[in-house]
Amino acid sequence: MREAGADLLRIEDLKVWFETPRGTVRAVDGVTLSVRRGETLAVVGESGSGKSVTGLAVMRLLARTPARIKSGRVLFRGKDGEHDLLTLSEARMTKLRGREIAMIFQDPSSSLNPVFTVGEQIAEAIVLHRSLPQAQALEQAGELLELVGIAAPRERLHDYPHQLSGGMRQRVMIAMALACDPLLLLADEPTTALDVTIQAQIVALLRRLQTERRMGMIFVTHDLGLVAEIADRVAVMYAGQVVEEGPVGQILDAPRHPYTLALIDCSPHAALAAARGAGRTALRTIPGAPADPLDPPRGCRFHPRCRFAIDACRSEEVALRRIGEERVSRCLRAEDLA
Amino acid sequence: MTGPLVAGHGLRMHFPIRRGLLSREVGRVRAVEDVDLAIAPGEVLGVVGESGSGKSTLGRMVLRLLEPTAGRVVFDGTDITGLKAGELRAFRRHMQMIFQDPFSSLNPRMTIRSTLGEAVRLHGLARGGEVDDRVAEALTAVGLARSHMHRYPKAFSGGQRQRLAIARALAVQPRFIVADEPVSALDVSIQAEIVNLLDQLRRELQLTMMFISHDLAVVELISDRVLVLYLGRIMEIGPARGLFAAPLHPYARALIDAVPGRHGRGGTRRLLGGEIPSPASPPSGCVFRTRCPYALPACADAVPALREMAPGRFKACIRDDLDLAEEKAA
Repeated sequence: MREAGADLLRIEDLKVWFETPRGTVRAVDGVTLSVRRGETLAVVGESGSGKSVTGLAVMRLLARTPARIKSGRVLFRGKDGEHDLLTLSEARMTKLRGREIAMIFQDPSSSLNPVFTVGEQIAEAIVLHRSLPQAQALEQAGELLELVGIAAPRERLHDYPHQLSGGMRQRVMIAMALACDPLLLLADEPTTALDVTIQAQIVALLRRLQTERRMGMIFVTHDLGLVAEIADRVAVMYAGQVVEEGPVGQILDAPRHPYTLALIDCSPHAALAAARGAGRTALRTIPGAPADPLDPPRGCRFHPRCRFAIDACRSEEVALRRIGEERVSRCLRAEDLA
Repeated sequence: MTGPLVAGHGLRMHFPIRRGLLSREVGRVRAVEDVDLAIAPGEVLGVVGESGSGKSTLGRMVLRLLEPTAGRVVFDGTDITGLKAGELRAFRRHMQMIFQDPFSSLNPRMTIRSTLGEAVRLHGLARGGEVDDRVAEALTAVGLARSHMHRYPKAFSGGQRQRLAIARALAVQPRFIVADEPVSALDVSIQAEIVNLLDQLRRELQLTMMFISHDLAVVELISDRVLVLYLGRIMEIGPARGLFAAPLHPYARALIDAVPGRHGRGGTRRLLGGEIPSPASPPSGCVFRTRCPYALPACADAVPALREMAPGRFKACIRDDLDLAEEKAA
């Protein structure tokens, strides 16, 4: 968390609650995050951490029911000044979406319409937002496919989504997202469904495009290896809250929250590093089960699984606090982890 | 020296592509081509490769869930390729499969007791009250409680469901397990638990395993030997540690290089260009040559033989002048 001045997007104390028959789920519970132009913020966490819901809330893509924005602001510095996306009219939000903020998802097949060619779909996005004539839009669609590294782009324009591989479809989604030169790109697990070889190609592509266009990017993922590769800053989420945030190198090399530490430790890479030299080493695990979203633990939400927990962790809600120039942690004992 | 528990000889799996009113065969998907393999008792053979490399098909063939187009599967010295359903049943018990999606192996309308008990009874392993004991044993082995048997699958979390799927496979006391992407759908912390569990079980029960995964780090951890598959053909096979430290085949090198997080922060992975070609029309000669940074004109001429380069280490590549060991970034 830094000075607010230069932020492209600033999420402040966002709370998203879901009403379910069994009670209220606080999916996102007081999240504050920011990203600047030309910067990539990775949001990391396991299932149920609230990382995807945060992204969807920014895009205003959550259904009114059962999701309820309980509080917070999402300040976006757009082409015509700063807006709180949460209070913008639906009409203005629709204009902003795609034109200034774009999103790509894990499964490109579900985001593409099977009965239109990819050329038609990219062109539609261009026509919608830039009111260009169809022929010119198609021409641009071809250029975009070339930009995202699709071979013989002008021929591919006439392909239907099912004729393309998963990696190709994700490239098409990226081309669509970039059609209007957005300031901010939200990428929700965009490479999770792809082979590592194709994933490496897509990550290299996103990095190149982001640098060239000075986009801000929020990259939601569960993969710490990817984070190391793509992010400038990283926010780690657990049970609806950010538990630690800061520059990627500092967080991965010297975590100051026990959950971050545990996540790094349970990756197979950590076990492999330990196993080199000695024989086979078991993977580290995190004791206990993830927090029950309907009834999260009192105090620090991670305390029942934390080997550093003390009495204070069980009784009081732990606030996110500054522990370094550009770092925050939600741990009473952050300094003891050094 | 004892023989392998499971062996495949010249395994080939072609799926016909049919078109038109008369379903004429217009082509063939060559999912697996001329694969020879042998898995020793107690050994874990990891199988890696991109989607479309034929990993899952190979796994299903050695279990005879798929009838090979050509080749033989030998289990504990018996050729099981030609066996009829009835004859095969006796072997089924010894060969089980664990899937990526634990839901697919658990009937949502049946309690855990019924699902696991059915397998035990079907194979005649226990009767009456003993069935419950068998089920309880399997549940305990995977870290669940006896009381869990009265619940339905929906009452369990994703990680617990994978434990149940493993318990279902173990309930019939198999000797050989094919695990097809068993941890791919799980969160990292849960994945670690399941990998540890599989590793522990295979040591305690002396299980022989084929571990199929696209996650190379997990494969490196759990496997004794690793088989690298591309377009249905073996590119390289050898002991895990040696293969990952110093792969012999350019495709193995490329796969290892593509693993995120292997190159440190801000590091760039070396990119393997292009995508896996269609198995309906694989390239001539070496199937990898169209993406291989080291391909020569000669690579198009003939399918390279799988040759033993060092004890236990085989590769199918004609370029013997390459040094693909670690840290030789281009």
